[in-house]
Amino acid sequence: MKRVNTNVTGLLWSLLLLSTLALALYATFASVHYGWNWQVVWEYRTQLFHGWLTTLIISAGAMLVSMMLGFAMMLGRRSTWQPVRLLSIGAVELIRGSPLLVQLLIGYYIIASRVGVSSPVLVGTLLLGLFEAAYLAEIFRGAVESIGRSQWEAARAVGFDTTQTYRFVIIPQALRRALPGTTGEIVSLIKSSSLLSVIGIEELVQKVRVMNSANYTALEGYLPLAIAYLVVTLPLSWAARRLEKRFAYET
Amino acid sequence: MKLEAYQLIKNYGGFLALDGASFHTADESRVVALLGPSGGGKSTLLRVLGGLLVPDSGEVRVNGTSLPRDETGSLRALRGNGFVFQGYNLFPHLSAIQNIILPLREVHGWSPDDARHRALELLARLGLTEHAQKRPAELSGGQQQRAAIARALAPRPSLLLLDEPTSALDPVMTAEVLDVVRELAESGQQIVLATHEISFARKVADWVVFLAHGKVQVSCTTDDFFQNPESSIARSYLQGLSRYR
Repeated sequence: MKRVNTNVTGLLWSLLLLSTLALALYATFASVHYGWNWQVVWEYRTQLFHGWLTTLIISAGAMLVSMMLGFAMMLGRRSTWQPVRLLSIGAVELIRGSPLLVQLLIGYYIIASRVGVSSPVLVGTLLLGLFEAAYLAEIFRGAVESIGRSQWEAARAVGFDTTQTYRFVIIPQALRRALPGTTGEIVSLIKSSSLLSVIGIEELVQKVRVMNSANYTALEGYLPLAIAYLVVTLPLSWAARRLEKRFAYET
Repeated sequence: MKLEAYQLIKNYGGFLALDGASFHTADESRVVALLGPSGGGKSTLLRVLGGLLVPDSGEVRVNGTSLPRDETGSLRALRGNGFVFQGYNLFPHLSAIQNIILPLREVHGWSPDDARHRALELLARLGLTEHAQKRPAELSGGQQQRAAIARALAPRPSLLLLDEPTSALDPVMTAEVLDVVRELAESGQQIVLATHEISFARKVADWVVFLAHGKVQVSCTTDDFFQNPESSIARSYLQGLSRYR
């Protein structure tokens, strides 16, 4: 009974806050006397939709890459062999410490062209994935190191070897602790994908820029742009919160 | 069983937990109690005897066979034993029954049916049938320790090692766990028990190893130890413990 009430109150508050925000935005926009030209957006709808799809595909690919690489870098940082440890620390610090823009330019125009890979989508996905992997590696490391020593000992005591200990004891528990930070990184990854236009990928932001410069529009492109990102990021955050609740086993 | 240890040394970053500990039990000891003040080396010795820790130097023999020192060898040796610690043994993300089944399946290669059957049998024996599906956070401390004992017993270990299994429990739960240990001892399970529960050790153990400062001060039958402790450290330890009980 109590729970239902909280849900209803929460819904009412959300509606109130949202309508206040909408009203405030509307009032502000109305006061600047902007000449809206929505016709242009409608004409560019297929272009914009393709841009949105490109953003989604690259983000999904980069997400997979970043999780696998991030996991590998976390393991590397915990390796017992010093060179592997140093390599992982160095990679994480270099990638996190330098701008994604520079990594994209050097990665695509110098490294990829030297290796002979010319697909900007493929290279862009890999580079974006690598960039986020450095952040994820640290989130994963924090989660793994937060599992107490007694759990490692208990795992060893029932006879698990190192692989089994990670698989059955450490990772299932670390997963839940890594979830909030990981969600934030994935959302940030989706938004960072807008930088990929510098290597010639026509993702959503680039499509909007093209439209704006050809038609002297501005906000007509950027408002739908914000909504197109939110359509993806909000459900993602919601799903992550659901997952967190499902994994909640500690009191 | 016969346990022997020769000149065991274990150093934890400058702290000598074991400083040349040596002892041997009688040939047919069944329940060996490790007694002594905190920080004296009981927990470390227990882990070394069970193969969970490899000492820096020294040798352990169980029934005349040396414990291996290499990684794969010591893992194989410790898989023949069961361990229960002070607390926080169970895996918090798994239910009580899953805690028992998982090692049976993954470490000992049991079939799903056999593992499940064995887990249910042990849960029933330890009075936990109705708690089988609960996660550790939903169990009391005593229930958690009994589930941990069930998990340790599941693969039928030749040796059950308990490291102060009741130190984190209140008196009621302590009694509940000690009852289980006594029943196991009476049913013939070979046990090594590190404890501060002196009167319990006196009732159940047939051999006592008394440690202080990383060295074995006394190693003798339980009767000899309690009737006439030959070491002065052991005497004052016993007097200190019996002052309020």
